[in-house]
Amino acid sequence: MDAFIRETALAAPFEGSNVDTDQIIPARFLKVDRTVGYGSFLFHDLKFESDGTERPDFVLNQQPFRHARILVTDENFGCGSSREGAVYALSDYGIKALIGPSFGDIFYNNCLKNGLIPVRLPHDVVAGLREDLLRGPDREISIDLDSQVVTLPDGTLHNLEIDPFWRECIMKGVDEVELTLGYLPEIESFEARYLDEMKWINR
Amino acid sequence: MAKPRTMYDKIFDAHVVDRQDDGTCLLYIDRHLVHEVTSPQAFEGLRLTGRQVRQPGKTLAVVDHNVPTTDRTHGIEDPESAIQVETLAQNARDFGVEYFNELDTRQGIVHVVGPEQGFTLPGMTIVCGDSHTSTHGAFGALAHGIGTSEVEHVLATQTLIQNKAKNYRVTVDGVLPEGVTAKDIILSIIGETGTAGGTGHVMEYAGEAIRALSMEGRMTVCNMAIEGGARAGLIAPDEKTYAYLKDRPKAPKGEAWDAAVRYWETLASDEGAHFDTELRLDAASLPPIVTWGTSPEDVISVAGAVPDPDRIPAENKRISKWRALDYMGLKPGTKITDITLDRVFIGSCTNGRIEDLRVVAKMVEGKRVHDAVSAMIVPGSGIVKLQAEAEGLDKIFRAAGFDWREPGCSMCLAMNADRLAPGERCASTSNRNFEGRQGFKGRTHLVSPAMAAAAAIAGRFVDIRTWG
Repeated sequence: MDAFIRETALAAPFEGSNVDTDQIIPARFLKVDRTVGYGSFLFHDLKFESDGTERPDFVLNQQPFRHARILVTDENFGCGSSREGAVYALSDYGIKALIGPSFGDIFYNNCLKNGLIPVRLPHDVVAGLREDLLRGPDREISIDLDSQVVTLPDGTLHNLEIDPFWRECIMKGVDEVELTLGYLPEIESFEARYLDEMKWINR
Repeated sequence: MAKPRTMYDKIFDAHVVDRQDDGTCLLYIDRHLVHEVTSPQAFEGLRLTGRQVRQPGKTLAVVDHNVPTTDRTHGIEDPESAIQVETLAQNARDFGVEYFNELDTRQGIVHVVGPEQGFTLPGMTIVCGDSHTSTHGAFGALAHGIGTSEVEHVLATQTLIQNKAKNYRVTVDGVLPEGVTAKDIILSIIGETGTAGGTGHVMEYAGEAIRALSMEGRMTVCNMAIEGGARAGLIAPDEKTYAYLKDRPKAPKGEAWDAAVRYWETLASDEGAHFDTELRLDAASLPPIVTWGTSPEDVISVAGAVPDPDRIPAENKRISKWRALDYMGLKPGTKITDITLDRVFIGSCTNGRIEDLRVVAKMVEGKRVHDAVSAMIVPGSGIVKLQAEAEGLDKIFRAAGFDWREPGCSMCLAMNADRLAPGERCASTSNRNFEGRQGFKGRTHLVSPAMAAAAAIAGRFVDIRTWG
């Protein structure tokens, strides 16, 4: 993945609790090869009418939010299916970070693995932030993974909580498979002992 | 004496390869199920880095999400689906992974196939690039969905980087009333917890009503653990578990079987083990459930009416639920039994097993699907299909006017040609009623197989406790 250290970008308020991964990318697009880019599938059925025209009431179709690189969401964003395609769609569209009170569990992990920063902030802070973004004019948010600080448009600073392991992986753009293969001797010795104890596990 | 542990604690501890000071663990994975949609990029990643599948024998590949449920002996018409299916076949060949193709009798939905083959066993860690991997928890296996990056990680290393989750126990006491099933238990639980209630937890299901369920019923419950936000569901293995698994093709045999059972008997949560969160439900008070909205937490008794979102105090939630009603084309106060249907879908990894089909056959034998309804039954696997046909269930279904299809995920997620048209309303035995899940602008009501069967006949929802 590409390394992420800090980013200052326009943020858009994204309303609705329990926005599931089927909304982020409908399943029919998961048949498409990733190399073509998933950006145009992002929120497809919320963004477009069935004839392909843009729905003007959708936030990412509106100015200035169509240029947003950070989304500020509500509770349980990304719940549902494990499809990493949801994160590909956000990333390929250009979204660098999400700020919300809570995220779907598998989705949260998928974000970390693609260097898309999921930031959890308290419910009230996020609700107020969405209102501020809607009202404007200040709509830029800074996310600094190095100092673990989020700076909101009103200048308030918030602690960016993130698992230290994943923080380091993302800052260095580490390939975690490579990292784990560094533990190969430990895996092999575990496996030898474990499979000897649990002979029934082998096929 | 050792500290009492939960079943989750025990299985997790037994698989820790390495634990860092910050709690990050490297967890050994016993079984990896692979399907065509979430794996292509993972295999491609291996190719690009020149890596192998570390333990092909612990990996099983099967096509399910994309395959048509019509005759497929002449190939797959949709070009994108055909490519994805062929890619899995090629990857399985290249990396030496056992593979069930779309013409193999053993093919089916991964979460039906794993248990059916005895590939799923108690005490194991099991992963798959699919959130409904929680299904396998019904056997006392720690099983959960992973993303494609993690699929690649498991293929290459046979491990997963994990932090320990919290322990949640749901106890369902008492005896279910007639007409109320495993599906109604899990939908009721999600109604209580909400879709985020289980986030960060592994949810163990216990109590008299859970013990009384068949393995199929237990799979239905664990299948939807993810719909309550929990990554995994767990039910302690017992005699029913062992009876289900014994002599399955990939289950251990002879002495290995005996050794396995001795180990499995140690897995149940210890008396006094600590659960971070607890919930208790009384089975006797549960009704047949119908979902009315676009989240699995939007549950109501079949005897009830569509709720009024204006009674919800929190503004954001009130707006979300009004939006759901608008999408569903429903008004507050409408009786559930006044909701008429266009389609009925019976199948999926939640309710596409032989027991589900037997229940449906019993409900519809000698009756006819309502004129206004188009109803399809999609068996969970080729083996379920054969079994149903051996019992003559297909004849009952066809005589009643149901469409009897080939196995796959089908209209649970509408990746193949099986989908709702905009505005169509469907009673579905699947697991998600999200907007567009079963087709663009399609409207999904989640119900049990018995409720779906009765709805197909009546053309509207009926209370199966008093119907017929």
